[in-house]
Amino acid sequence: MASTIKLRKGFDIKLKGQADQGKCVAVHAQTVSINPPAFRYSKFKLLVEVGSEVQVGTPLLHDKKYPSIVVSAPVSGEVVAVHRGDRRVLQEVVILADQQQKHIEFGPIKLESMDVSQLRSAVQQAGLWPLIRRRPFDCIALPDENPFAIFVSGFDSGPLAPSIDFLIEGNEQAFQAGLHLLGRLSQAPVHLGIHATQTRSAALLKAENVQIHHFEGAHPAGNVGIQMHHIRPVNKGEAAWYVHPSDVVILGRFALNGRCDFRKRIALSGSETKEPRYVDSILGASIQSITAGEFKGRNDVRIISGNVLTGSKVSPDGHLGFYDHQLTAIPEGNDLEFLGWLLPSYPRPDISRSFLSGWLKNRVYQVNTNTHGEERAFVVTGQYEQVLPMEIHPTYLLKSIMYQDIEEMEQLGIYEVSEEDFALCEFVCTSKIPVQKIIREGLDLMYEDSMA
Amino acid sequence: MMKFLKDRIIEWRPQFEKGGKYERFHTVFDGFSTFLFTPDTVTTQGSHIRGGMDLKRTMFFVILAMLPAFVFGMFNVGHQHYLSTGAFTAPGDGILEKFIFGALKVIPIVVVAYGVGLGIEFFIASRKGHSINEGYLVSGLLIPLVMPPDIPLWMVGLASAFAVIFAKEVFGGTGMNVLNVALTARVFLFFAYPTFMSGDMVWIAEKPDTYSGATALANSIQGNPGYCTTDMFLGLIPGSIGETSKLAILIGAAFLIFTGIGSASVMISVLLGAGIMGLIFNAIALNEFMSLPFWNHYLMGGLMFGAVFMATDPVTAAQTERGKWIYGLLIGMMAVMIRVFNPAYPEGIMLAILFGNVMAPLIDHFVVQSNIKKRLARA
Repeated sequence: MASTIKLRKGFDIKLKGQADQGKCVAVHAQTVSINPPAFRYSKFKLLVEVGSEVQVGTPLLHDKKYPSIVVSAPVSGEVVAVHRGDRRVLQEVVILADQQQKHIEFGPIKLESMDVSQLRSAVQQAGLWPLIRRRPFDCIALPDENPFAIFVSGFDSGPLAPSIDFLIEGNEQAFQAGLHLLGRLSQAPVHLGIHATQTRSAALLKAENVQIHHFEGAHPAGNVGIQMHHIRPVNKGEAAWYVHPSDVVILGRFALNGRCDFRKRIALSGSETKEPRYVDSILGASIQSITAGEFKGRNDVRIISGNVLTGSKVSPDGHLGFYDHQLTAIPEGNDLEFLGWLLPSYPRPDISRSFLSGWLKNRVYQVNTNTHGEERAFVVTGQYEQVLPMEIHPTYLLKSIMYQDIEEMEQLGIYEVSEEDFALCEFVCTSKIPVQKIIREGLDLMYEDSMA
Repeated sequence: MMKFLKDRIIEWRPQFEKGGKYERFHTVFDGFSTFLFTPDTVTTQGSHIRGGMDLKRTMFFVILAMLPAFVFGMFNVGHQHYLSTGAFTAPGDGILEKFIFGALKVIPIVVVAYGVGLGIEFFIASRKGHSINEGYLVSGLLIPLVMPPDIPLWMVGLASAFAVIFAKEVFGGTGMNVLNVALTARVFLFFAYPTFMSGDMVWIAEKPDTYSGATALANSIQGNPGYCTTDMFLGLIPGSIGETSKLAILIGAAFLIFTGIGSASVMISVLLGAGIMGLIFNAIALNEFMSLPFWNHYLMGGLMFGAVFMATDPVTAAQTERGKWIYGLLIGMMAVMIRVFNPAYPEGIMLAILFGNVMAPLIDHFVVQSNIKKRLARA
């Protein structure tokens, strides 16, 4: 058994509205959507039109550059809307779900007798390939690349994070089958990161055909990128794949039954949620179905698909993002605060010991979306380093991105990072610098330089 | 009242925005309104929530940390004056008179330093369409604290203007400067008007000519600071306004470290570097100053003040954690070396910090290079 990797840097943001595992209800999503912007750098061709009847597993889109990458319908029903944004870029394909679900049968998957390319093409045909993502760049894994390893993070350390143990509960067999399938999709080892003390599920603790790594420490210890950095960092020219545990379950069901089954458990969290709970629903479920429209009386609520650090804003009539399994609702913070910089009128989380909160580690906060200050040039040093458990000099990396020096970005470790790993840096930044946006701009530049 | 102000700001704000009637005064309006009310801006990208810390709070806490040294400095300016005239010789006598005398000397210096510096900042910010940066709130108080009490006000104004324009704004404002702004003001006066910044005459305000006003550092060339250790620690000695009381400075240091705003690494390493150099000199002991027990360096001159309030300036210090230690050690060692080797510049810490500021990017460069080498070795 590997020894525990202890991360001393990081910060747990404890917020009100943690989803209650005692309350878990199954809901029927009236509409379900696929949101192509979730697939970075991919350009898709739409294979259906409004009015098309689809089944679970019917291809909706295929990648223009890699046609074998297909995104399939998570439910059977009728395509009711195709939303496009600027320059007709696909934003969302919405399906009205049938009461009785019809599945396309893809035939049995024989893990032992099928070779790598047969297995890959089976997963691709079923439209499950997009569940597998790659570093660098956080885009869909390339159909014929050979990663040096596949990573699964078995715990989530983010704000109001759902318990991964609970997300895969009842699907232990499928989870194991999914890990097995991942191990057969390439020659590379599968690494599973679990929490040294908090992981309880036997499916994680006793997972087979994987190398298990124990982690301990505050957020972002659960980020797959942080775990990669400590298990085996990505070097130039290499690719690592990663899959979320809920998506491992979906892959596992496919390996077991030869059909797609996109159901997943979703955490509904945040202080503006009337009843923080879990719901058993489906990938891309409508926000309406997950929340039942239940928000506390306020008008100004921000609904986030994902967590408060890295999620994306969605409208109440929108849908959960493709890779998300958490919905968070917090109040907007669009109010002037008298001398807010000096005498905060309500407690707020921060690593700074100039606030009481810097000392009270276990206090739970009600937060809002106020920036608590204006953007400035870099002044304070050493803050990012406190919350980034990586051997990377964050300020130097950010500056190299700002002056677009590709060689220096490579040297400083751009291939090892993603904006989600820097989300806490952005949160703690005194100068309110848009750290995540800068990191993504850097990755965009590298992508254009090396992949496009 | 609060609601009234809030409503007015919301009501007036559009007129100061682009295309509004008072667009030209946007910077000034923004500066004052954001000081009164933290703006209602919400996150639009990246993290949906942000921590409570901003630059205003950071700078204000540094000012709080300087207050003990500032208040004691006012008292000591009066104390030294009345000591030299013989009116109140015991520290406890005539406290009110001493404070009033000190305040009359010190407050005008503060007003001039802030007035000139902020004036230039506001002007440049509105020309460039930037918002006012809070950095000068600290510099504006640091400048008076490193001045001799009898400094002519026009010199304070000139030095503040020089420092803001040539140390900061030409580099792009707060966050972009290479040299510490307040130290630049001081070094400017030191070389432009040396008779007002050194010697035995300037450290006690309005002293009779017959009274010796030599500082502990100047005395130490003969191997003895000339003041008792307690007085040097408490600050009852002549010197720049804010530097004399080591106790007050240590209170500030404790506050900065406690709140996590000042870098303990820099403070400790500067003092460590000074101690190491002092011990080396003690071992060599070629002259009287070298033989002076090393700990005296902590109690004399601005070493402690520089270590706590100036070397720690995050913009001009080294930025990597390892770099901070090297930077601090370098400053501490240089400071004592300059003091002992070059009596023409008794205040070694000023030049040592400026030297450290110049070296900081190079130090960081080597720290970052070692990280890069590690990464390349792995690939």
